[in-house]
Amino acid sequence: MVPFAYAAAASAPAAIRHVAQRRDAEFIAGGTDMLQLLQDGVRSPSELIDINRLPMTAIEVGPKGARLGALARMADVADDPRIRAEFPMVAEALLASASPQVRNMASIGGNLLQRTRCLYFRDVATPCNRRAPGTGCPALDGENRLNAILGGSVHCIATYPGDLAVALVALDADVHIDGTRGERTIPVERLHRVPGDAPHLETVLEPGDLITAVTIPAGAAARRSHYLKVRDRASFEFALASAAVGLEVDGGTIRAARVAVGGVATVPWRLRHVEEALVGRPLSADVIHEAARTSSDGAEPRGRNAFKVALLPRTVERALRTVGGLA
Amino acid sequence: MELPRPRRDIELTLRVNGAERPLTLDARTTLLDALRDHLHLTGTKKGCELGQCGACTVLRDGRRIKACLTLAAMQAGAEIVTIEGLAADGALHPVQAAFVEHDGLQCGYCTPGQIMSAVALLREGRTGSDDEIREFMSGNLCRCGAYTNIVAAIRQAADRAA
Amino acid sequence: MSGSIGRPVSRVDGPAKVTGAARYAAEFAPVDVLHVALVGSTVPKGRIAALDTRAAQKAAGVRAVITHLNAPRLPYRPFDERPEVDPSVGEPLRVFQGPEVRFSGQPIAAVVADTLAQARHAAALVGVTYAAQAATTTFEGGRRRAPKAGGGETRRGAAVQALGNAAVTVDAVYVHPREHHNAMEPHATVALWEGERLTLWDKTQWVNNDAVEIAHVFGLPDDHVRVICPYVGGAFGSGLRTWPHVTIAALAARLVGRPVRVELTRRELYTSVGFRPHTEQRVALGARRDGRLTALIHEATAQTSAYEEHTEETLSPARVTYACPNVLTRYRLVEMDVNTPTHMRAPGVATGLFALECAMDELAVALDMDPLELRLANYAERNEEDDLPWSSKELRACYRMGAERFGWSRRAPAPRSMRAGAWLVGYGMATALYPAYRSEASASATVFADGTASVRSAASDMGPGTYTAMTQVAADVLELPLDRVRFELGDTALPKAPVHGGSITMASVGTAVQAACEAVRAKLGAANGRSYAEALREHGVDRMEATAHVEPGDESKRFSSWAFGALFAEVRVDVDLGIVRVPRIVGAYDVGRVVNPTTARSQCLGGMVGGLGMALLEQADWDPRFGRVMNANFAEYLVPVNADIGELQVLFAPGDDRRFNPLGAKGLAEIGLCGVAPAIANAVYHATGRRLRTLPITLEAVLV
Ligand SMILES: Cc1cc2nc3c(=O)[nH]c(=O)nc-3n(C[C@H](O)[C@H](O)[C@H](O)COP(=O)(O)OP(=O)(O)OC[C@H]3O[C@@H](n4cnc5c(N)ncnc54)[C@H](O)[C@@H]3O)c2cc1C
Ligand code: SF4
Ligand code: FES
Ligand code: FES
Repeated sequence: MVPFAYAAAASAPAAIRHVAQRRDAEFIAGGTDMLQLLQDGVRSPSELIDINRLPMTAIEVGPKGARLGALARMADVADDPRIRAEFPMVAEALLASASPQVRNMASIGGNLLQRTRCLYFRDVATPCNRRAPGTGCPALDGENRLNAILGGSVHCIATYPGDLAVALVALDADVHIDGTRGERTIPVERLHRVPGDAPHLETVLEPGDLITAVTIPAGAAARRSHYLKVRDRASFEFALASAAVGLEVDGGTIRAARVAVGGVATVPWRLRHVEEALVGRPLSADVIHEAARTSSDGAEPRGRNAFKVALLPRTVERALRTVGGLA
Repeated sequence: MELPRPRRDIELTLRVNGAERPLTLDARTTLLDALRDHLHLTGTKKGCELGQCGACTVLRDGRRIKACLTLAAMQAGAEIVTIEGLAADGALHPVQAAFVEHDGLQCGYCTPGQIMSAVALLREGRTGSDDEIREFMSGNLCRCGAYTNIVAAIRQAADRAA
Repeated sequence: MSGSIGRPVSRVDGPAKVTGAARYAAEFAPVDVLHVALVGSTVPKGRIAALDTRAAQKAAGVRAVITHLNAPRLPYRPFDERPEVDPSVGEPLRVFQGPEVRFSGQPIAAVVADTLAQARHAAALVGVTYAAQAATTTFEGGRRRAPKAGGGETRRGAAVQALGNAAVTVDAVYVHPREHHNAMEPHATVALWEGERLTLWDKTQWVNNDAVEIAHVFGLPDDHVRVICPYVGGAFGSGLRTWPHVTIAALAARLVGRPVRVELTRRELYTSVGFRPHTEQRVALGARRDGRLTALIHEATAQTSAYEEHTEETLSPARVTYACPNVLTRYRLVEMDVNTPTHMRAPGVATGLFALECAMDELAVALDMDPLELRLANYAERNEEDDLPWSSKELRACYRMGAERFGWSRRAPAPRSMRAGAWLVGYGMATALYPAYRSEASASATVFADGTASVRSAASDMGPGTYTAMTQVAADVLELPLDRVRFELGDTALPKAPVHGGSITMASVGTAVQAACEAVRAKLGAANGRSYAEALREHGVDRMEATAHVEPGDESKRFSSWAFGALFAEVRVDVDLGIVRVPRIVGAYDVGRVVNPTTARSQCLGGMVGGLGMALLEQADWDPRFGRVMNANFAEYLVPVNADIGELQVLFAPGDDRRFNPLGAKGLAEIGLCGVAPAIANAVYHATGRRLRTLPITLEAVLV
């Protein structure tokens, strides 16, 4: 770890101002991704500003939806009975993430901003465009089993590794940001950037931008939802493929559908064409199969990750059948 | 409220196993290194320093965390309990005793982490079935493969506590 | 008689381990200890062209930056004969003695600083320029290089002809990946010099050899180096050799004149302490219609480094597991620019058994015969390779007990014919065996007037329960309650012990402990009814000590000694998603006399967990362009977690092998891992109808 200076912020504006002004100053929340990156030498902040004392831990659930403070812990959100009832896929995505200890530490804001598990990104002895712009992307023709088949570019195919964001994207959740120019709200789906030719620019956040909360609209498809995560180990592993799905069914007809996938794409990936293929159709195994079949359309496999092209539609299909009561 | 000036050397007091431990630390010091190298509480083990093995599990304000994933500076004022703080007056904690009884250990290196995790697990009430115990103990690797006996030990401790 | 042998005694070191009191190597902190961080090479082959240590030297807290440019030339006194844990061909890596880079991750500099954070940061500041050379980093590339001498061939009968004439044959290639020990405790060394005497607290499976090796490196008399290691946080073979970081610790401590600690990071462990080599194997079997083997050809090609020839017993199962008149084995090494592989849990045997036992399953399919029947039809009544009778063999009982407990008879023979809900169910089995070795060992025993005893040997306990078993043996002979006997190990100041590996500790150290305790009793003339206190009083002393040194007799010339086992596994496969789960494994073992059923069972359970990892999860992701293991951590190199483990059952066939040693125990550390992976692979075949011959069997191979 490079030497850095540390301070605990007592107020958001001061923390925002400070981090915006100081080169290489960063926030630290749960620290669970930050410490890994520091130990591996991937990040070298000059200062770490601890935001844990800011009052952003609340979990509120009302008729319109939920508001998760950016400092709410993963475990607390996952265990909240209202979240489990109104947004099962959110609770399930969190419970399928990391380990109980990490979930007790990690915050919702930090979770959204966790960095890729691409093996090259985390080994500073190798090149990597995302970590060291312009050095190349060895994953393209290398050990890319974990890498993305969707949303990549010739510069980077790193998978967005998180689970929660996939569920949030499926549910049209918003992220609330406080910055030097005031507060703003954007869809979670617009938070992350596909790598394109600038893989090092991972989000739309500006220096000093502080995530304050996430809001999730309530709805029938959120209530009847499920998160399915496929991985090698039975637990404690990032996704090889995952699907966050929700259905609103009325009289046997699908009125609304939510489908987003993880473990396969460079950002949390919404499959709108799959949703469209479901809406207005009767809820049946065939309809689900036909819709899910197209989940990998446009995929660009690159060697060891090619199996995901076949795995993804099956993951989506299984998840949809589960919420549809057809598993 | 202004931000206090960020510092590279941090003066802080850690509360560990009920004792106040004033320290001056490099800001980089993880809670794990503070415990092991500065407070010589080496019962908390270091297996990976990346949050991936669970050997460093301790309780913070009653909840289990991984001591390698947090800076000591971030824990000023928190109540930390390590394996050394579990046994009261020389008597083994029921979970410790159950681990010995069921041979839930071999080399013993993952054991303090397993036990701290298990103590928290009991409080979390996640002992409804063996499968639930397995799932919620999966943040603690045991390379010796003592899992079967670890589950049996936790099962016993849970049944006795019930 | 206290009769503690054979009783399910709780681990005597359990309380120390569950309270955090047990201290492992890195936890010994002499006053003023400094911290060392290593700089690893980032190219697989070449020379260091330039080094820039200025920034590192100026960094806060730094006491020294050691490289080949400023390190003293170390004597590296030659051995008459390399220690048995080192490869017999080649030269171990020397540290900081020249600019050559032999693999990526080789330590090329060390930084000594006041704190770990300071040392690591400064290490990252060391600038290195390489003159890289073309490296051999693929197995195929290695095959093209000149074959290493460390190969060999054995023949019994005429296997090639017999295969040609066989009524039924199978012939296939099996691939085993590079795997890492990944013990939970990272290797660490604390070094302290007092004049010309060196004390090392080091994680090792053999303190005696550790001391001798370091004495050779520094040109010291052997007795000037003391090595202490009371607890080993798992090792599985990684602690057999004395690796370069131990020398670095001693060197750094010498240069800065203060004690130092070297603690390898998880990533560094992937290039510092060996690994199970990538191995490709061909197995060809020929049989009569009734299942009797007529030909067995097993060829293995394994990787080694460019500077040492690591060989292992991959092919010994082929030679002894089954009765077969015609057997040909061929072993070949390919040289790559990697660090040297080493022994890992059931070295070679586990690898070889995977191929052999999968091939037997394939043969059973070809013959339309039950896999267990096929094993029984080829039961080896003696060791046909060495033409010796077994000192004991209860494998038939293992097959029977295991099959019964598992419910093997419920297996429907056709693949894909068993289901549980949406899951396909498969049953698979395999034979396990591991040679029982015995070696010379010493121990001492002292009895005190207060009726306690202390027993010592420089042995090691990396988890199997040496502390407990030796305490039991001593208590048994001394006729004392367990809690009156204290066993000490892990210190070169104690009587010499052999390496703690290859499952030899029980048979060797156990025998020495038994002999030392018998000797002290004899010396005291302790007879029935008379207490030690009385006997000591009569001798006019307050304690009595005896030392024993035991050596194996000629039993290995008269008998062949192996531990045996039969493994049965159930898998459930979700073919749509490629998921394989293992709800059940049953293992029945013949390990001779079981000194402690509790720890013995734990050992076998642990082997099953390791075997499950080998079957389904473990694999180094190797990038030949960099010559690096890319998943060098615990998040992406997957070892089983608790949730992966279903119901595991361990059974022991009654046994007592006094032909092998006076204790009757054959040793059981390694046998636990054997046969698990092939049983699971065979179960996957049974569940899915797909024969998967490359480990690990991951999701992508199962997806159809
Ligand atoms: C072993 C292990 C396994 C894991 N497995 C999974 C898994 O299976 N699935 C999964 O989804 N995740 C997994 N994770 C990742 C884990 O969920 C994240 O590390 C965690 O959610 C990050 O949250 P944090 O609060 O600790 O963030 P930190 O590490 O504190 O911060 C992460 C980043 O976010 C920034 N940041 C934090 N909070 C804010 C804020 N409010 N505003 C602006 N910036 C902010 C920080 O500056 C930093 O750049 C795993 C982690 C570990 C260690
Ligand atoms: S995929 Fe992206 S993160 Fe991975 S090596 Fe390429 S550029 Fe780096
Ligand atoms: S050392 Fe903290 S999780 Fe491994
Ligand atoms: S007991 Fe050795 S790692 Fe768990």
